[in-house]
Amino acid sequence: MNPEIKSYFPILKQEINGHPLVYLDSAATSQKPTPVIEALKEYYEFDNSNVHRGVHTLGNRATEKYEGAREKVQQFINASSTQEIVFLRGTTTAINLVAQSYGRANVEEGDEIVITYMEHHSNIIPWQQLAKERGAVLKYIELEEDGTISLENVRAAITDRTKIVSMVYVSNVLGTMNPVKEVAKIAHEHGAVMMVDGAQAAPHLKIDVQDLDCDFFAFSGHKMVGPTGIGVLYGKKHLLEAMEPVEFGGEMIDFVGLYDSTWKELPWKFEGGTPIIAGAVGLAAAIDFLEEIGLDEIEKHEHHMAAIAMDKMSAIEGLEIFGPKDPAKRAGIVTFNLKEVHPHDVATVLDMSGIAVRAGHHCAQPLMKWLDVTATARASFYLYNDESDIDRLVEGLRSAKEYFSDVF
Amino acid sequence: MSFNNLDQLYRQVIMDHYKTPRNKGVLEQDSVNIEMNNPTCGDRIQLTLQVEDGIVKDAKFDGEGCSISMASASMMTQAVKGKEIDAALKLSGIFSDMMLGKEYDDSVDLGDIEALQGVSKFPARIKCATLAWKAMEKGVHEEEKS
Repeated sequence: MNPEIKSYFPILKQEINGHPLVYLDSAATSQKPTPVIEALKEYYEFDNSNVHRGVHTLGNRATEKYEGAREKVQQFINASSTQEIVFLRGTTTAINLVAQSYGRANVEEGDEIVITYMEHHSNIIPWQQLAKERGAVLKYIELEEDGTISLENVRAAITDRTKIVSMVYVSNVLGTMNPVKEVAKIAHEHGAVMMVDGAQAAPHLKIDVQDLDCDFFAFSGHKMVGPTGIGVLYGKKHLLEAMEPVEFGGEMIDFVGLYDSTWKELPWKFEGGTPIIAGAVGLAAAIDFLEEIGLDEIEKHEHHMAAIAMDKMSAIEGLEIFGPKDPAKRAGIVTFNLKEVHPHDVATVLDMSGIAVRAGHHCAQPLMKWLDVTATARASFYLYNDESDIDRLVEGLRSAKEYFSDVF
Repeated sequence: MSFNNLDQLYRQVIMDHYKTPRNKGVLEQDSVNIEMNNPTCGDRIQLTLQVEDGIVKDAKFDGEGCSISMASASMMTQAVKGKEIDAALKLSGIFSDMMLGKEYDDSVDLGDIEALQGVSKFPARIKCATLAWKAMEKGVHEEEKS
């Protein structure tokens, strides 16, 4: 990876608690490069207007930028049409839309919804709520010892009663990359639809929704150097066409009568209210930035970072790493615990050295239970991290260990 | 690496409570049994109190969490044991002010609790310190209602 990439991220040039910032929390949210910040600034300084209405020039410009962003996203994930790209607030909103619209219309009493033990809460609770409402059964696919998913277990969980299979592509805790393409095939053999939570995948891997043959795919802009508040739901056209909107109001309507209304065509019927225009413009700039570097290059860099981090961190006595041992099976996420030091305390000591890591349950409480821990610490790497960041982390972890061994 | 600023947070008395917690466990004859989580980080506390004639006769805590949350729970049980409910709640109010970095009533002897003052300089950790106190307040209010 080109070492100059870091220089595109102004936030990384600061000191935190007297030390140069080492940002290792990109799985929570990524930092933003200058071109994305500039795109937002330019949009607000020159083009800001509401879209799809009015005749004036600014309105046209804003609409062109917003719809241009949709084309950019379509190409980014290789969807077959812009009608399959719905702009929403983020992955959570996208999964909720599928649960509340597709789910309510297609899941009946006794039907099954299949997820896994490694899901983020955003890919658990919408299905819990749907299952409760419809009297359906929520099933969890068991994990292997190393935090991966075997197709045998997938086959054992999916039956002809299964209507929806929803699975994370890359785990936000274990870093595991799941065989979603193979799972989609199994789901389809049983007449179920396949939803992919791509929040941790889209920033790091080349996504091809047609190749995966998934029915729905959700991701968030802010994890892929874009702004917060913008996300994408991809859905196969024939599925989205049959689905009812869940938010009603301006922008999504065709004709409005006193007692009845009709909806716009895809994808706008799902985008009630003034859309997330600036967010979409920022996301388009983020996609340009990532594609300029190359998603293959980014993925390679992350495997490399994971391999080095796991190697160097394992050398610390009493440090346990969760998830697949083989770096090729994981993205740039390394979740760990340091013996006898609680992850919050680890995170505070690291913060005092200018190193930002996440500590807690990572919005994955069922997975924490499976791992038999209440909390863990997580270092996540992105395109702007390099080996010196790993060295700082390892040094910080050694200091944390030393600091706490002194008090014991 | 020098961690002078960390020493304000991890005072010796805090680490002592973390290492050898006081009143750890579950009371068999409880009149109040409260479980509370910190949903953002996974800390969990179970607090049992034995309240008689408006006095906290005994208190124990169990749970999992970081050094600050567990030390604070240990100190809290120590502090409220033998106190009248009103006095326990007053102490909780003082502790809350202390965490928020406000002026607090220093006419009450805070004992070990004073050591937690440094937590107010670490905003991300304040919730760790207040978890046990919130559980106590909730428990006492439930006891009063019944």
